[in-house]
Amino acid sequence: MIDLDDTDRALLRALSLDATLSAGALGRRFGLSQPATWRRVRRLEEAGILAGRRLVVDRAALGFGVTVFLGVKLATKGRVSLEDFERAVTAIPEVQVVQHVLGLFDYRLRVVARDIADFERVLRRRIMTLPGIGQVEANVLLTEERRPGPLG
Amino acid sequence: MLDDTDRRLLRHLLADPGLGTAELAERAGITAATGWRRLEKLTAAGVIKAQEAVIDWRRLGYEVEVALRFTLDKTEPRAFDEFLAAARLVPEVTGIETFLGRVDVRLTVIARDMQHYADVYRSRILMLPHITDIEALMLIATIKDAEALPL
Repeated sequence: MIDLDDTDRALLRALSLDATLSAGALGRRFGLSQPATWRRVRRLEEAGILAGRRLVVDRAALGFGVTVFLGVKLATKGRVSLEDFERAVTAIPEVQVVQHVLGLFDYRLRVVARDIADFERVLRRRIMTLPGIGQVEANVLLTEERRPGPLG
Repeated sequence: MLDDTDRRLLRHLLADPGLGTAELAERAGITAATGWRRLEKLTAAGVIKAQEAVIDWRRLGYEVEVALRFTLDKTEPRAFDEFLAAARLVPEVTGIETFLGRVDVRLTVIARDMQHYADVYRSRILMLPHITDIEALMLIATIKDAEALPL
């Protein structure tokens, strides 16, 4: 693990809000030369701390008005059923996120749909037919925000 | 309104958000200049809200990630606002989501290890206002994490 100074943390914070900022723009903001900024960003990328980009879109404007988080419990457990379930669930285009978790549920899924009727279709035809599926709990997403995390 | 070219551009960019404008335009079958103009337009219209850098917290020594699901006291009219305002002040909270369903709010909390998590949980999370119930889901593995939409 590499050591970060305050400038590195400030760069991470700025890039986590806007990854399109150029080394020149970042340098001006934090009082660094453009090459020095570029070197720091490069070092963070090479260390795997900066791990790519995420595009944040207005899903409703693109016709996907409903996002639902599903907590899923498997009816049968064991290595084979986990693999079968994971293979089938990751292939569903409406399922954006699949997390294996420990607790009340076995998996957490983020599902997008055009509207509630479309969500019902995805739930009935795609989710409830997954291999090994047991109990499912749905929570409809109202708002979401990302926080900068412990970079201060 | 979006046309087919916009959708095609977004489909490629959602699938591979690290693409440069030139390569993105090539994949979408348009010129780089058109691609750049379209992206500017989609950003100005708010369809593209942001392009954020993804931080790998594990590489920074945060090995533990927990999704905490809260039920709040709905007899208190300011419960949501006050809870959310207080949650924003906890540095280890990396995401806040609100829901319609059995769960009211979910916080994503990261910590260096279980001892650190226990400290954050006791000293910061349990101090948040208007909580009636908490459930924890500890992340074992992320199998899929994509922003792609079936456009």
